[in-house]
Amino acid sequence: MPTRRPPSPQSPLRGEGGAARPVPSDDEPEGRGSIAVDHLPPDLTRALYRHMRTARDLDAEAIALQRQGVFPAYVSVRGQEAAQVASAAAMDPERDFVFPTYREMASALAYGVEMVGYMATHRALWHGGLYDVMASRFGAINAVVGGPVPHAVGWAVGERLRGDDGVALAYFGDGASSEGDVHEAMNFAGVMAAPVVFFCQNNQWALSVPNHRQVAGGSVRARAEGYGMPGVLVDGNDAGAVYQATAAAVARARRGEGPTLIEALTYRVEPHSTSDDPGRYRDEADTERWRRRDPLDLLRAALVEAGHADEESLAEVDAAARTRAEAIRDGVAAAPEPDGSELFTHVFRETTDELTRQRRVWQEEVEL
Amino acid sequence: MTELIERADAPATATTVELSMQQAINRALRVLLAEDPDTLVFGEDVGALGGVFRVTDGLQKEFGDQRVFDTPLAESAIMGMAVGLAMNGWRPVPELQFDGFAYPAIDQIVNQVARMNYRTRGAAPMPITLRLPSFGGIQAPEHHGESLEALFAHTPGLKVAAPSDAGDAYTLLLQSVRSDDPVVFMEPKARYWDRKPVQLLEPTTPIGTSRVVRPGRHATLIAWGAMVHRCLQVAELAAEDGVDLEVLDLRWLKPIDAAGLAASVARTKRAVVVHEAPLTAGLGAEVAALVTESCFRDLSAPVQRVTGFDVPYPAGPLEPQYLPTIDRVLLAVQRTLEY
Repeated sequence: MPTRRPPSPQSPLRGEGGAARPVPSDDEPEGRGSIAVDHLPPDLTRALYRHMRTARDLDAEAIALQRQGVFPAYVSVRGQEAAQVASAAAMDPERDFVFPTYREMASALAYGVEMVGYMATHRALWHGGLYDVMASRFGAINAVVGGPVPHAVGWAVGERLRGDDGVALAYFGDGASSEGDVHEAMNFAGVMAAPVVFFCQNNQWALSVPNHRQVAGGSVRARAEGYGMPGVLVDGNDAGAVYQATAAAVARARRGEGPTLIEALTYRVEPHSTSDDPGRYRDEADTERWRRRDPLDLLRAALVEAGHADEESLAEVDAAARTRAEAIRDGVAAAPEPDGSELFTHVFRETTDELTRQRRVWQEEVEL
Repeated sequence: MTELIERADAPATATTVELSMQQAINRALRVLLAEDPDTLVFGEDVGALGGVFRVTDGLQKEFGDQRVFDTPLAESAIMGMAVGLAMNGWRPVPELQFDGFAYPAIDQIVNQVARMNYRTRGAAPMPITLRLPSFGGIQAPEHHGESLEALFAHTPGLKVAAPSDAGDAYTLLLQSVRSDDPVVFMEPKARYWDRKPVQLLEPTTPIGTSRVVRPGRHATLIAWGAMVHRCLQVAELAAEDGVDLEVLDLRWLKPIDAAGLAASVARTKRAVVVHEAPLTAGLGAEVAALVTESCFRDLSAPVQRVTGFDVPYPAGPLEPQYLPTIDRVLLAVQRTLEY
């Protein structure tokens, strides 16, 4: 089916000739080469760096585990650490609730999810992960990319009905922004003034399909207006900017002023998954440009520039991050496989005679 | 006659009131909203209007617009919202206005509601009861007469109920909403306005229990929803010819009462299953398989199926020709008796 090309010249998200391009700024079309974090508390910026560094290392470990055959497949978060860590860090794990899809490892890490349990999903030990969803206040990993977005709205409506002030954050991508559920959820949240942050990580590629063939009108953020909520476009590789935008949206929701849509523009510098072959659909020269605009490098330089850290202290953080990533790697590699009986354990709260009979069949004919 | 039998175990103190099925369901919702402050009723037009069938009539007035509320018109988000509410400790009772409009919500029902307890290893139970006005027989527009029970029964993690009369709709809804598992509660629209004296009883049997609504000796008619009434009509007519038919109301389509089926058919040795849904891969095939497995040596004839045809649900004048007629059921009875 033909798609509308080329994009309108005023679109901030589009390059020429079908190639995606770095996030623009007012004076620098190729994107800024630096970010600033002077306006944020040093404890916060150092924590953002620590989580992003750990996520980066864990991501590399996960890719290695896939190469070694320990993980059947993996979806990298490389390049999206600022968008994920800084948004999750703006949430309160004591009273809020985060609804991820399947590429939110760095968010989970920053939010305090038990990471061996999280990474277990990539070892295919259990769909949804092995961490405690309710205790973590971080929803189950969900491969239906639009599916969890209305869950966030329901959770948020439930919070208001009870008179509590928790906020829900729903992650989704530029691909999922096409899903009907995302639109339905935004409309529900707008009508009900639900305390939700709709956080779109626009990494410019929905598997093999670029933004200009995915997002009509060129902007996910622009859709907010139609649903009666503010829409914010933020540089997804600028951790400080992502934190500020998310914190403002959370505060607004907590005050009872309703939902906000944030579009964090970033780039998926790795393949969609370890099974993907991006050479078939995109120019890796573009990817290289985005790799040079690495969110971790940007934050590291900004920390030093702002006097929040020096090279020595950062080296210590780097070493600690590496140690933690390796511990998580070892933990997930050594995690026991689920017992076969768990096929049947959680289908129902109150099981049925038929399922009990089938469990017996399993015992007699499979377990042996 | 049948009421006396189906309510044979009723406590002597149970009072009899005259109600239609939609009124009985309304009564059940009142009980549920009153007994558990976490129970929420929501959907399209369930608030001020009281639902297109008036099933939720007066509930918003009585319990407030925080407990009973209208949503925008989007079935998938209604069910998705139910998931989020359940994760926040509520007991959602969403309504999707008509059977055919459950299709837009299938992703949430099948991929989310049915699996969340499993996906989270029991951390996030889904005590959701989806009320779904179902089945045909009211000459409604397209998508207002569908029978989705096989689809839901085939989905791991869902339980499915389909009451056949007012009293049992009351009891089954109490049981469904109080269950911590998700239940699709299929209300037979064609019986909504059927008014008769009923007893409003608390559930006393486990989920998945069928009931014999008319005992008989020569064959068992197995049905659910509005087809139970159809089978009772058939049994009355057959009785005039000296054929004594048992009518078994399945009530629960998942889990199916395999033991109840076996007990009845072991006695009668013949079974006819009747449903509105199309034949192929319909729930009648599951019933036939269960009966055959449990009663193979007792059966005097193959299990007969009388169902809708494998065609899209038709418009008004063709509806009576699509739905199982009294004559078609009688012919099936004749086939099984003469086999």
